[in-house]
Amino acid sequence: MKFILKLHDSIRHHFKRGGKFEHVGPIFDAADAFTFTPLEETHLGAHVRDAVDIKRVMVTVIYALMPCFLFGVWNAGHHYNLAHAVANASFIQDMIRGLIIVMPIVFVSYAVGGFWEVLFACVRKHPINEGLLVSGFLFPLVLPPTIPLWQVAVGVSFGIVIGKEIFGGTGMNIVNPALLCRAFIFFAYAKSMTGNVWIASAGDVVADAVTGATPLGVLSSLTDGQTAADAIAGGQVNFMRMFIGIEPGSIGETSTLACLIGAAMLLASGIASWRIMTACVLGLVSSAALANAFGASPMAQTPAHYHLVAGGFAFGTVFMATDPVSAAATNAGKWIYGFLIGVLVIIVRILNAGYPEGVMLAILFMNLMAPLIDSFVVDHHIRRRRKRA
Amino acid sequence: MAKLRKIVSDPLADNNPVTWQVLGVCSALAVTTKVSTAVVMSLALTAVLCCSNVVISMLRKMIPNKIRMIVELCVIATLVILADQILRAYVYETSKQLSVFVGLIITNCIVMGRAEAYALQNPPFKSLLDGLGNGLGYSIVLIAVASLRELLGSGTWFGLTILSESWYTGNTLMLLPPGAFVIIGLLIWGQRTFVSKTLREED
Repeated sequence: MKFILKLHDSIRHHFKRGGKFEHVGPIFDAADAFTFTPLEETHLGAHVRDAVDIKRVMVTVIYALMPCFLFGVWNAGHHYNLAHAVANASFIQDMIRGLIIVMPIVFVSYAVGGFWEVLFACVRKHPINEGLLVSGFLFPLVLPPTIPLWQVAVGVSFGIVIGKEIFGGTGMNIVNPALLCRAFIFFAYAKSMTGNVWIASAGDVVADAVTGATPLGVLSSLTDGQTAADAIAGGQVNFMRMFIGIEPGSIGETSTLACLIGAAMLLASGIASWRIMTACVLGLVSSAALANAFGASPMAQTPAHYHLVAGGFAFGTVFMATDPVSAAATNAGKWIYGFLIGVLVIIVRILNAGYPEGVMLAILFMNLMAPLIDSFVVDHHIRRRRKRA
Repeated sequence: MAKLRKIVSDPLADNNPVTWQVLGVCSALAVTTKVSTAVVMSLALTAVLCCSNVVISMLRKMIPNKIRMIVELCVIATLVILADQILRAYVYETSKQLSVFVGLIITNCIVMGRAEAYALQNPPFKSLLDGLGNGLGYSIVLIAVASLRELLGSGTWFGLTILSESWYTGNTLMLLPPGAFVIIGLLIWGQRTFVSKTLREED
């Protein structure tokens, strides 16, 4: 390690202000911070410093995402093998097939995201941020495994540049960049995002267990006369399968179980807000119960616990809604913010047959409302204190 | 002469009504899914703007200050109805696609704004040039946005296939109003970063 430090020290002056390579300084700083110390060192006096910095937070989130990621890899491989009639594929075969499908998406996401991050860091002269580690990893998890790689590249560019860099980079974004990326692809290339995730190409022998529509897709397109209860009784929609996540869908979102493991890690380390997660669940359960009582459509008749494990709700609640930058910041605000996300998810799922998955739209919308909620909460707080005085 | 030229050239870039003053954005979002509608809309607005500037400038000494807005609106509304009728007579298909947006030129802030800010204080010829400049400034942005949207969204330009469907997948977001929002935002960003350096430093 000594010689790397020596090397860095010997070329450091080229990258400082006025040096030969001043304009690519952030790349050097990033390498320096990655191998040695953070950029901010204390030189004088005694300081108490917490070891939790952005790097540590981001790495913890990556760990928490691992269960979802690994499950997603297996699930993608599993469904590929089912759709392509690979008979009795073993666990290892499913994993390898999954890695072949998922890794290119992860690689494109990091490469394209990293390119924009470095470009903006160099032009704007701010350090390269660790936030990319997480967003680069979130992008693939919210996309379906069948997505063409060029669409990943376009979507990630949009998410990073319009969602984050325009507003000043990590910590300045007003909406969640990964969800913005998903929304972009959703509206721009709807064909790759909705409907059947795995479609066996012509000539393939289609297996008996054809994996087609996601559970939400099934529920939103039931034919006349069929009710949600029929779909559940007929096994088209199965609670345990949805809970564990052996369903077609976006790579990281299908397994509620994996999301719960991630949630436990995030809550134990204190990184994500338990208020937001609880409020999301409360909002969803109460509005689903209300819909059960009054609604008539199959989606409205679907019991609340099915809504909890369907689609991207668990993933969105644990990893997206709790993003500390775009969520509400005050405690009361977090309750309101989370609750309304849950309510909006149900409203979109029930009322808009065109978008059976409402989690993305609900979270993006509430991201925009978060500053307003905070402003109300703070105003209310000030008024209350004033009355008391 | 240089001064007169500046009246026309200034609104084209440095003081563009859409990207600099952010006026008339509503129609720029609505009619820019295709270049052909954008061109017709640009022509209609430029014609209305020039005529209204000239008429209001000629009347400027007779209009009582207190009711000047009403008078301006009457002039503009008359001209817009004329433009709408002409479009219906000669380019019926396009006018159907433009639907209410030709009629809504009445409420377009650029027309009202130039009447208020310029024509009321200046002689007719200068007002004509001002209307021409602002109309062209609006047209440039409209056609640029429409070109990008039509090209990225449907792979065509002015109805001609540029990006073949065999390898290009149309970006349907560009055909929705949010796509126009994003493109106008990027144009404004680009202009403020690269084109109007001097103005940026004055801010």
